Amino acid sequence: MELFQYTAHEIADKIKAKEISSVEATKAVLSRIDAVEDKVESYVTVLPEHALAQAEEMDKKIAAGEATGPLAGVPMALKDNLCTKDILTTCSSKMLYNFKPPYNATVTEKLKNADTVLVGKVNMDEFAMGSSTENSYFKKTKNPYDITKVPGGSSGGSAACVSADEAYFALGSDTGGSIRQPAALCGCVGMKPTYGSVSRYGLVAFASSLDQIGPLTKDVRDCAAVLDTIMGHDPKDSTSVNIDHGNLLSALTGDIRGLKIGLPQEYMGAGISSDVMSAVMGAVDNMRGLGAEAQEMHLPLNEYALPAYYMISSAEASSNLARYDGVKYGFRAEHFDGLVDMYCQTRSEGFGAEVKRRIMIGTYALSSGYYDAYYKKAQQVRTLIMQDFQKAFETYDVLVTPATPTTAFGIGEKTDNPLEMYMADICTVSVNIGGLPALVLPCGYDAAGLPIGIQIIGKPFGEAQVLNAAYALEQTITKVRPTL
Amino acid sequence: MAITKEQVLHVAKLARLNLTDEETERLRGDMENIIGFADKLNELDTEGVVPTAHAIPMQNAFREDVVIPSYDREAILQNAPDRDEEAFVVPKVVE
Repeated sequence: MELFQYTAHEIADKIKAKEISSVEATKAVLSRIDAVEDKVESYVTVLPEHALAQAEEMDKKIAAGEATGPLAGVPMALKDNLCTKDILTTCSSKMLYNFKPPYNATVTEKLKNADTVLVGKVNMDEFAMGSSTENSYFKKTKNPYDITKVPGGSSGGSAACVSADEAYFALGSDTGGSIRQPAALCGCVGMKPTYGSVSRYGLVAFASSLDQIGPLTKDVRDCAAVLDTIMGHDPKDSTSVNIDHGNLLSALTGDIRGLKIGLPQEYMGAGISSDVMSAVMGAVDNMRGLGAEAQEMHLPLNEYALPAYYMISSAEASSNLARYDGVKYGFRAEHFDGLVDMYCQTRSEGFGAEVKRRIMIGTYALSSGYYDAYYKKAQQVRTLIMQDFQKAFETYDVLVTPATPTTAFGIGEKTDNPLEMYMADICTVSVNIGGLPALVLPCGYDAAGLPIGIQIIGKPFGEAQVLNAAYALEQTITKVRPTL
Repeated sequence: MAITKEQVLHVAKLARLNLTDEETERLRGDMENIIGFADKLNELDTEGVVPTAHAIPMQNAFREDVVIPSYDREAILQNAPDRDEEAFVVPKVVE
């Protein structure tokens, strides 16, 4: 086995046991990037000197017994909407093509304090708007299992780099499925934790009532280790919750006897491919075999989640993206006529087509005469959808659904039809509406060898139960690596 | 749900976007489709339902009213498209 193929916890153990150094692990990842990056194109910025210098420092700390955490010395990547001090943070947009933040995001700081090594910043749909990473201003990331297919999105770079062994783990952000959908299409583990459990300070905002940061990893144990590192209250994010999240790594017992699983039928009907359905139901049978009780049930309002999501997220995006005006940072148009036209020209040249579409939809939904009909209506529907979930969790511990309706689709296949692209998130958006934790892991492969993801949804702050269910299921699945 | 070219241009003005004719027409169609899709929400009776702004109960997050260190002026100005020694520079606003 090659050094870059190990999971984060395996490589951390080797570093801890002094079998290898953090510098060696970092070099292994950097040469892997050299070898496959022209095919996968998951990175916007690779930081070889920075990474090697950091790794050297970590080796010293480890030798001195000062770095003992579960991720000490491990090379990783960050989605390019997470602020990194003095390191490009572009959101894969022309608007921020030259932006070097003067500060670190809280998650960047926490991972640094956990003695990890930042290898680079990874590609995404522009401002996290999209489901295929085709909306990046810079490049189109490919699916490591088949480079004619998309990696999913918006955290497509995070998923592809982990799947292609170009980093031991990555962080992404998830507003409507942007961690879980690419994790499913690229065959890795991805989790969106409960709203409020990870600080968003330094995450470039898309839709503030839905955005949440989370890990993309090679297995469930790594997912728990990264969450243990990044979760927690932060005074710099007024939506961050001040509770004790416990230790998630120690929750992985693999014992799911008596676990009550709900199977919402609304996620399993028309539009879900038969390959996906049979892999998901096979996984459910495996969980039954481990002593879980799974039962069909209903979440009747699920079909309203996607339209509600597009109204709420676009409205919040139009407000959040009003700050890009060419004054304080980023791109400014060259030719304009006066101040207001400078704003308009800068925004017209700096934003791509999908971002403009969302800003237009959102501005419309918030504009005079339409606010009640669209934005307020969507927020009321949100209340009803949350009540649906609350009722379900009176009976069930977790809910299990497919992660995506199909396996990875072709590059260019859905770019002409925005609504068809939005349907790629049909299994994931309701979780953001409800603020719930949900994890995706691979549960099989289709006839073409493309990964199929299964989603496990938990109660608010029920991360431990979700991770343990995933951990138990993971032991029953044979993982197939991509060949690059 | 019909959306007119005038409506698109009005919204673009609110959003501070200059659209080409081609963009205007394409966005008109996209907005019709996507907002038409959202009209599905009208199937649900939401009379008296309290809107949800955040998925978890939120209260004001207060902090002590004390001065804490802020950023150096230079750190904040380093990304400016146009600047002088101490300020952002924009086109003249008042003639």
